[in-house]
Amino acid sequence: MITTDRRSRRDSLQGAGQFKTTYGADQAVFPVAQDRVVVAAAVVAAFVVPPPVASDYWLQAVLIPFLVYALAAIGLNLLTGYAGQLSLGTGGFMAVGAYSAFKLATAFPHLNILVVFVLSGLVAAAVGLFFGIPSLRIKGFYLAVATLASQFFLVWLFNKVAWFTNYASSGTITAPDRTLFGVVITGPNSTAAARYLLALGLVAVFAVIAKNLVRGRVGRAWMAIRDRDIAAEIIGVRPLRTKLLAFGISSFYCGVAGAGLVFLYLGSAETLAFDISISFLVLFMVIIGGLGSILGSFLGAAFIVLMPIVLANAPHAIGLRLPVALQKQIELMVFGGLIIFFLIVEPRGLARLWQITKEKLRLWPFPH
Amino acid sequence: MSALLEIREASKAFGGVQAVTRVSLETQKGEILSVIGPNGAGKTTILNMISGFYHPDTGRIVLEGRDITDLAPSRIAELGIARTFQNIALFRGMTVLDNLLLGRHVHMKTGVLSAFAYWGLAQKEEVAHRKRVEEIIDFLRIQDLRRRPTGSLAYGLQKRVELGRALALDPKILLLDEPMGGCNHEEKEDMARFVLDVNEEWGVTVILIEHDMGVVMGISDRVAVLDMGQKIAEGTPDEVRANPRVIKAYLGETKIDASGGSGG
Repeated sequence: MITTDRRSRRDSLQGAGQFKTTYGADQAVFPVAQDRVVVAAAVVAAFVVPPPVASDYWLQAVLIPFLVYALAAIGLNLLTGYAGQLSLGTGGFMAVGAYSAFKLATAFPHLNILVVFVLSGLVAAAVGLFFGIPSLRIKGFYLAVATLASQFFLVWLFNKVAWFTNYASSGTITAPDRTLFGVVITGPNSTAAARYLLALGLVAVFAVIAKNLVRGRVGRAWMAIRDRDIAAEIIGVRPLRTKLLAFGISSFYCGVAGAGLVFLYLGSAETLAFDISISFLVLFMVIIGGLGSILGSFLGAAFIVLMPIVLANAPHAIGLRLPVALQKQIELMVFGGLIIFFLIVEPRGLARLWQITKEKLRLWPFPH
Repeated sequence: MSALLEIREASKAFGGVQAVTRVSLETQKGEILSVIGPNGAGKTTILNMISGFYHPDTGRIVLEGRDITDLAPSRIAELGIARTFQNIALFRGMTVLDNLLLGRHVHMKTGVLSAFAYWGLAQKEEVAHRKRVEEIIDFLRIQDLRRRPTGSLAYGLQKRVELGRALALDPKILLLDEPMGGCNHEEKEDMARFVLDVNEEWGVTVILIEHDMGVVMGISDRVAVLDMGQKIAEGTPDEVRANPRVIKAYLGETKIDASGGSGG
């Protein structure tokens, strides 16, 4: 197959001058060497730099929520962006993860906290599978309404049944102190840096797994169902199995993110933390970041988490003194305006914008 | 020799409309069988029954002695029947390469757990199937389109990619629903050449629905003619061409009848 190989090499020559000589290399996540280096450096930097440098405020109020929401956004993106199943049940599935983690951690105090997170994800996956069953019959907006039912039912359930909160009179669940490698990593006595590192570790591992899933057989089957379900069936993709798999795995991610929301970010929470607005928030992250893009999940989460903080500090930074109430209003208006702006500039999301920028930079300064 | 695929007295009605009435049809291994007939004769309904989208009201469909009448489309694909659609059903957001790799779906085994750690089984499998897909890309001469989203391709090329996706299944039987419909003369010639090559070199049995009589008569081993949901003739192209019932269905009777041939 010498001829094919040569053609494939020529084909992958996209101006960068890097030749591929094997199909394996051609199908790598980051086919361009500079990309690989930059991404690897960014990941290492994310682990090494913030803990000693960033203030507790930055870790606690910015970076940790960004990571937790990024994980939830990846989860929803697998389901909605890749498999094309619109879901408004994210908050509910996150609640399942959070309450499972709480029950598991308090019932089995010696259970490793990582195991608790994974098990909570599995419980959420099982619940997600169940609520994914209607997707076989209904599509699009109608499916969204059906998943809305799961959102309301799950939150109602955790509110009503006191067993889930260990009969706490306040109705809240609180993350207990747990250690990992001898360091307190969750609960009131943990440092923000420790929680940040755990969140980052979880997100890094699960993002890689998600990428591996979507670039292979499983992800292609999801996209086939999304793009043309009839054609997917005709080439042997089983709709039932494929859709339920998407619901299960997506809910797993949301479940782990929900556990992270309580154990790594909020510390304690009641069902209000998982209400319908969370489902919408994560959906917005996915849409703004880019449907069908793992990178987009990060960009969308960053936009939604960071933009309000930037906007809150912007007037002060440019020396503008505004009444607090007025500033709050302006914040919301600008935030909404920015969302619309980005959706008009690039409906396929920030990830697509980033891709276009990269393609332009690759040829810069000689665009022809 | 027993037939590869057998349709036994299949009937299908939609509401009050009898789309197909007691049609029997056999395909021998290695042949090109064309199904022709005026619009609304029930040709596509027959393909849909073979590929499992419709289940016949009465009658059976048998593949290599195995009853596949009530199987779901995905199961029928796993048994080696691939098809293309009259109005192209590609995954428009995905690249040509991904469309063809999806055609390999039934031959791939990677589950969720082995996909978690891509490096290993999953990667080995991806590369192995990529090789097969590249052979098909070479065969169809679409090397320059690998990374193009299929939605952005010209109509004739989309038809070609859809054929490629069906071929990626390594099918025993290839069902082609008007693969040349809407194509210009050159595209038709190319497509006819591909169908012949697939049949001769790879031994794939082809069931073809096509309106272009030149192509049908030129490449078919046998031709079956449907009219009003019933099979009215079957035989070699020459036999069919000479059959008075076929002439009547296509051209109307000798007294001038305007409602006749719409299909030619």
